[in-house]
Amino acid sequence: MSRKTVYGIFDDEEVLLNSVKEIKSNNIDIKEVYTPFPVHGLDKALGLKETRMAIAAFVYGCLGITFAGLMIYNIMIIDWPMNIGGKPNFTFYHNVPSFVPVMFECTVLFAAHLMSITYLIKCGLFPGAKSENPDPRTTDDKFLIEFELEGSTKKVKDLLSKTGASEINEK
Amino acid sequence: MQKESEIRDPLILGKKSYHDITLDVSKPVEGKANKYWWILFSISFIMFIWGVLSMAYTIGTGIGSWGLNKTVNWAWDITNFVWWIGIGHAGTLISAVLLLFRQKWRMSINRSAEAMTIFGVAQAALFPLIHMGRPWLAYWVFPIPNQFGSLWVNFNSPLLWDVFAISTYFSVSVVFWYIGLIPDFAMLRDRFNEKTAPMKKKLYSFLSFGWSGKAKHWQRFEEVSLVLAGLATPLVFSVHSIVSMDFATSVIPGWHTTIFPPYFVLGALFSGFAMVETLLIIMRKVVNMEAYITIKHIEYMNIIILLTGSLVGTAYITELFMAWYSGVEYEQYAFLNRATGPYWWAYAIMMTCNVLTPQLYWINSIRKSFIATFILSIFVNIGMWFERFVIIVTSLHRDFLPSSWSMFSPSIIDIGIYLGTIGFFFVLFLLYARTFPVIAQAELKTIVKSSGSEYKNKNNE
Repeated sequence: MSRKTVYGIFDDEEVLLNSVKEIKSNNIDIKEVYTPFPVHGLDKALGLKETRMAIAAFVYGCLGITFAGLMIYNIMIIDWPMNIGGKPNFTFYHNVPSFVPVMFECTVLFAAHLMSITYLIKCGLFPGAKSENPDPRTTDDKFLIEFELEGSTKKVKDLLSKTGASEINEK
Repeated sequence: MQKESEIRDPLILGKKSYHDITLDVSKPVEGKANKYWWILFSISFIMFIWGVLSMAYTIGTGIGSWGLNKTVNWAWDITNFVWWIGIGHAGTLISAVLLLFRQKWRMSINRSAEAMTIFGVAQAALFPLIHMGRPWLAYWVFPIPNQFGSLWVNFNSPLLWDVFAISTYFSVSVVFWYIGLIPDFAMLRDRFNEKTAPMKKKLYSFLSFGWSGKAKHWQRFEEVSLVLAGLATPLVFSVHSIVSMDFATSVIPGWHTTIFPPYFVLGALFSGFAMVETLLIIMRKVVNMEAYITIKHIEYMNIIILLTGSLVGTAYITELFMAWYSGVEYEQYAFLNRATGPYWWAYAIMMTCNVLTPQLYWINSIRKSFIATFILSIFVNIGMWFERFVIIVTSLHRDFLPSSWSMFSPSIIDIGIYLGTIGFFFVLFLLYARTFPVIAQAELKTIVKSSGSEYKNKNNE
């Protein structure tokens, strides 16, 4: 039997959220939900795992501060110690207060950029990527649930219309 | 759904559905520019060209073409640099700090405020570049090995901290801005038809990176925005602290003070909010955003200006007190000279525009008036430019040796470069207002039901 794609389109995020909960409680798989803005509670209703972007940012930040520390140590202490106004210049810990600003900036630089790059890669976003929303109105004011079903689509369609979908399409 | 207290004023006026917001935000992009846009753009573009010519002349002949002399060896260049950097700070405060504090009113203004940040910091970055005198050697500020002809950079120097601070600030602001723009570019992409507007469709498809609004992507989007806000928040405070250390770590009377970092950060927020008001009061009219940028938004910003203005005033008085209390005669003279010396008029403008006139915001009718706010915001912009001028020039022009005392007067090239950056800033901002979604519409749609006036009335019935 061939696979069929069913779209349920909603006008309101609260109706959508109730519908998603109803569908989930009936053990029907939702392929994807497209919304024009972040709907709070939708990730929980869909059973999505928590994202680990913040953890990634922390790791990248640690990388940044390590990189900055090593760079400054190599430049200012190992490779070319400079005598500036007679200030101590042969140990890292004597100089470290004046290295703090650059180490801090590198932490932020690494964390922000590498996290953003990770985010773009994980979401498959890059210049020239094709958009995948099945209906252009989902970036405007419509909320869409996508199903990929084998066999009869009647049950899903009934459920969608019962929970308040404004349009139901089948492809 | 979020609930909000009934006594809070609505942040979105009129009957706005999600679709109405889409229409309002995409209208300036879809429509043609009006007469006023072209007039403003032409003026800005002429100023920009004048600035480019002045910069080319400076690079060709050297910074001797400026009004500098042996005594006053830093003047308009660094004044303008600090002024532009300061203006940038409000954008980051609005989009990052107010996000962390969950302030909903930021949503109508954060996009434009951050555009202002990026364009302002771009202007600021021009000044250190051209004041080097030999800008083709600008890469020497980066940590590159000695084979390139100079020694390693000096990590003990605040001027190098500045290089790191400003490049981090600029690039992180751009990324933060762009991450938020992706869903809104996608909205524009989906509004254009392949047949009737193929170029625009292509352009916004490219810019939107293939965004589709999937549930998982929104979840990541929200977390990334929050973490970027958390990272940008210490940046707001660090960048201007480091800029102030360019002065504070020197031994010049009037510069060598520990109060400088907080004093500069407050001044930056103060001037930044004034510039946001100047721009938005014009923009809300020109691109018809009256329903989204309301008097309530302006009032909130006025309260921040009142607070930061008062704190800046406190810093001025603290500086005077500390000069007297220090018992150092050079320090005392530097401040006496600021207030009563040949540059007394600059000090008077600074005091009036930064300390006295913002106090008018205690009056309810002034705080809630677009016209009064617009005029006072211009005052703050002028006052904060003079603050930097006073700090830099009056501390230098009478140095330790009275025989080398002198005055500074700007050359035509100085003036050209300054006005040129103002022109460049407005060229960028006007182009932005016609091609970008000027309001973060995806975010704004999340608060229609809690803060829109129509829903508020319905909830109260």
